[in-house]
Amino acid sequence: MKANNTTIRVCMGTGGIAAGGAEVLNAFKKELNLAGIKANVEKNCSMHKVGCRGLCAKDVLVDVIINDEKTTYQFIKSDMVPRIIKEHIIGKTPVIDWVVGEDYHTFHEKQFKVVLSDCGTIDPEDIGAYIGVKGYEAAKKVLTSLKPEEVVETIKASGLRGRGGAGFPTGVKWEIAMKQDSKQKYLICNADEGDPGAFMDRSVIEGNPHAVIEGMIIGAYAIGADKGYVYIRAEYPLAVERLKKALSDARKNNFLGKKILGTKLNFDIKVKLGAGAFVCGEETALIASIEGQRGMPRAKPPFPVYHGLWGKPTVINNVETLANVPCIIRNGARWFASFGTEKSKGTKVFALTGKIKNSGLIEVPMGIPLREIIYDIGGGTESGKALKAVQTGGPSGGCIPADMLDTPVDFESLAKVGSIVGSGGMVVLDETNCMVNIAKYFLEFTQAESCGKCVPCRIGTKRLLEILGRITKGKGEKGDIELLEKLSRDIKAASLCGLGQTAPNPVLSTIKYFRHEYEAHLQGKCPAAVCKELLTYYVLEQFCKGCGACLRACPAGAITGEKKKPHFIDSEICIKCGACFDACKFKAVAKE
Amino acid sequence: MEKTLEKILGEYRKNEGNLISILQDIEDSFGYLPEDAVNWFSARLDIPASRFYGVATFYSQFHFKPRGKNIITACCGTACHVKGSERLINGIRKELDLSEGDDTTKDKEFTLEKVNCIGACSIAPVIIINKKVNGKVSADKLLKELRSLKDIKGEGK
Amino acid sequence: MLKLTIDGKTTEVPEGTTVLEAARMLNIQIPTLCHHPKLTPFGGCRMCIVEVKGVPRPLTSCTTPVSEGMEVTTSSPEIEDLRRTVLELILSDHPNDCMICEKAGDCTLQELAYFYGIKENRFAGERRVYEKRDGNPFIERDMEKCILCGRCVKVCDEVQGVEAIDFTYRGFKSKICPPFEKDLKCEFCGQCVAVCPTGALTGRMWALRGRQKDIKEVDTTCAYCGTGCNITLHVRANEVIRVTSKEDKWNEGWLCVKGRFGYTFINSPDRLTKPMIRIAPKLSANSYQLTANLFKEVSWDEALDYTAQRLKEIKGKHGPDAIAGLSSARCTTEENYLFQKFVRAGLGTNNIDHCARL
Repeated sequence: MKANNTTIRVCMGTGGIAAGGAEVLNAFKKELNLAGIKANVEKNCSMHKVGCRGLCAKDVLVDVIINDEKTTYQFIKSDMVPRIIKEHIIGKTPVIDWVVGEDYHTFHEKQFKVVLSDCGTIDPEDIGAYIGVKGYEAAKKVLTSLKPEEVVETIKASGLRGRGGAGFPTGVKWEIAMKQDSKQKYLICNADEGDPGAFMDRSVIEGNPHAVIEGMIIGAYAIGADKGYVYIRAEYPLAVERLKKALSDARKNNFLGKKILGTKLNFDIKVKLGAGAFVCGEETALIASIEGQRGMPRAKPPFPVYHGLWGKPTVINNVETLANVPCIIRNGARWFASFGTEKSKGTKVFALTGKIKNSGLIEVPMGIPLREIIYDIGGGTESGKALKAVQTGGPSGGCIPADMLDTPVDFESLAKVGSIVGSGGMVVLDETNCMVNIAKYFLEFTQAESCGKCVPCRIGTKRLLEILGRITKGKGEKGDIELLEKLSRDIKAASLCGLGQTAPNPVLSTIKYFRHEYEAHLQGKCPAAVCKELLTYYVLEQFCKGCGACLRACPAGAITGEKKKPHFIDSEICIKCGACFDACKFKAVAKE
Repeated sequence: MEKTLEKILGEYRKNEGNLISILQDIEDSFGYLPEDAVNWFSARLDIPASRFYGVATFYSQFHFKPRGKNIITACCGTACHVKGSERLINGIRKELDLSEGDDTTKDKEFTLEKVNCIGACSIAPVIIINKKVNGKVSADKLLKELRSLKDIKGEGK
Repeated sequence: MLKLTIDGKTTEVPEGTTVLEAARMLNIQIPTLCHHPKLTPFGGCRMCIVEVKGVPRPLTSCTTPVSEGMEVTTSSPEIEDLRRTVLELILSDHPNDCMICEKAGDCTLQELAYFYGIKENRFAGERRVYEKRDGNPFIERDMEKCILCGRCVKVCDEVQGVEAIDFTYRGFKSKICPPFEKDLKCEFCGQCVAVCPTGALTGRMWALRGRQKDIKEVDTTCAYCGTGCNITLHVRANEVIRVTSKEDKWNEGWLCVKGRFGYTFINSPDRLTKPMIRIAPKLSANSYQLTANLFKEVSWDEALDYTAQRLKEIKGKHGPDAIAGLSSARCTTEENYLFQKFVRAGLGTNNIDHCARL
């Protein structure tokens, strides 16, 4: 056994840690120590903490690499470690039962990784690991051999568009900022990833924080900024910790600070923690928040690139946008533009979640049909039940119905079907999801997150939610669907900022494609059997064994029945909590 | 209290902080924002208390009442929602005997709060108990955790 | 100068002018609620939205700066429809108790509801309800009527520099209040009351004293200090029931607590209305015999003659420096000038001072 020919990689993103990643890592350390009789095993193994590799649903994922031969294990718990060490590391025979299956490989095959290429393979807490994969070479090249104009031209030529939602061309934004005559300019990295169901930015910062920092250095040089901020959610403690470590390492290596790499560039980055307000993802609200104010957006124009933080020209880029920048500089604009569609270049990272088999983080070329994402990468629905729709773009987005799965995933095509790419959340819904309930869920979210400044958003979203509420309770009135449509359109047209202008999208798109579900609710039925007030629970006598589990679980005393005889649910007393449904092991409780 | 506040003030001056960072430091030190602390800063920095209060009530991270010893955070992101987080939350409320509108138990042992999305959607539904992220939570698993926390309290007495 | 066209009328305005300001220069009316010409634009109420050629969505005219060649339409079926929806939304979260509201007849919201003919409300739903009342002595704060235009917050910050109130919470729960939702504790200048477009902020002593239509307005100058703010007394049945100030005068409509709320002395029965002369001597340095017959009511001629005679006597007996004059900040500059002239030239002493110096 040669030195350092055994590497063990333990997935330690938020998902990995939640599944017990730290315990697994410690178990490896401990067990390798215990097996110390073969002392060289311990010495020869190096252990990396790696960031997200995407497939968090199978955590804890562990790679064991012996002589360049990689074996990946899934669902590893600490008590499984001794067997891996004994059979695989010592015995040289992988533990077949625990090795990932075919779907792990198909999950990766259709993907194309640019932003995520080093996530999950390098140690995010080690700047040396990033430098080892050509990290900071792009920054060096830019600072020593390119003029700001040339950097801007490269980014423009690459066709890179903002990954935060609106898809504004990054190069154009940089160019305007570059041309502003101001002694002080700012570059802000927007890591306030507030969309529920989206975790791209978290994963990129957890997995490869230096890529974002390098992107910021390049951006700062291009626009002439000497101060940068990363505005990041406090709900992402691990990402914050890794980012802070990365910033401090970058400073030690003179990638940040005064006279970076011996050039004239002075640039440093501060971390600002969000305090729990979704609207701060909006540019002008984010600026207000960095200034220490309430995160209330202001009217644009003037845009932040002219009049931003403390009134100075300010560029705000999303995490993924910035992480793309070093790759573009290293490989050239033409390389980047060779992926994607005519108007949407490059790749996009999506958080694939919901009722999907392989849920996790994926990166695909723009323009890939939605079907390939869902079935080839995602492996179809988790339960095998029929797919109903895919929700993209979070609370600002819309639902794409199952019969439109051939829609290419890019800015224009998704907009055409009434949804958006947004920041990249992709939530799969199956036939057990109620579309009115989904619309209500998103409205609950935006309504609670409305800043309250403008009337249409403050009161309008509240009214939308009230109408949706009465529909899901079976108290909808004739004309409610039309009222929802009318109010939605007016809120979109009259609201001040992007939050209000997009908040009604989930309502409009669900009405567009699933109007029949709304109509069914008006007639007192929830087709997916989700809306509590419209449900009745009953016992399927042929399956009921009379075990009494439901009876014990029922908090309302609505269930009666003798032992070993079919039970009965009194719908008058039933509070529709679903406890019996969960408690029954024989699927004898049904709802409709 | 004064000592802690002086320390926060020092940090603020050193790091060019802002009003939000002060409030975050107060919240970290006391677990909530005591009115006296806010007024102390208002007087020291000559920033009206109305501004502090306006900012603090805007962001969901801040609290004005002391919270429980154990903090249970339920993720309400989309993925968690479609996988039944609402039912879990109702279960927790029942187990902790929290009445409508209350987030903290009367004995100040538990606080239940909701968070928009912690971005761990692949392991939904997620419940964070005292900063430890629990993925793929089921009602059974959750009740066991809660009860073991209650037992710890019982033994302490 | 920038050229623009509004509703077909072309004009030139200086750079930095907003579309709303430009429209008003052309006498084109655009409805507003949150806008106040002396405060920074807010853009929250959305009533002032207009169409700008080449821009896909309506813009708020109060926040949009004019740019060269802009073509603006201030009214179209689409725009009016949106304004109507916005207004209906505001009214869906409003008590709509105009018949007992102090502001009725003088309320911008009521006015707009009238012009848009809003009777039914498609969006009726939950309203904000606040049980707690503010116990301060001057300003009635009925936050259920507040439309969150933010004018009060801004006037308190930008004009008065007090910042006693701010926006708190967010979304539907947003509310404007003092820190920790306590009772208002400030200078009570009432600037917030003056700029409130609804009945959310009114004078506490105005309540149930009379409607705008029954009132005679008397323009005068505040007598509390030499600043001389313009004030308008609202008189009903020969009693001052409210004081306001006109915005187009030099003090721009801003007043202090005394000018705005300190008017009840006018109708006080204790008020002196005629000159009086003391007829009984002082008992000692510190005690006065407090009985009514100490003083005698006299005519102005009598009073002035008596004063002149006494001044002459004192001057003759003890010389002019035995006399000193103290003038008042409640007099005008002209009056103060005349007084010092009288003391120096008339009485012959330099012993003249002014209360504002003390």
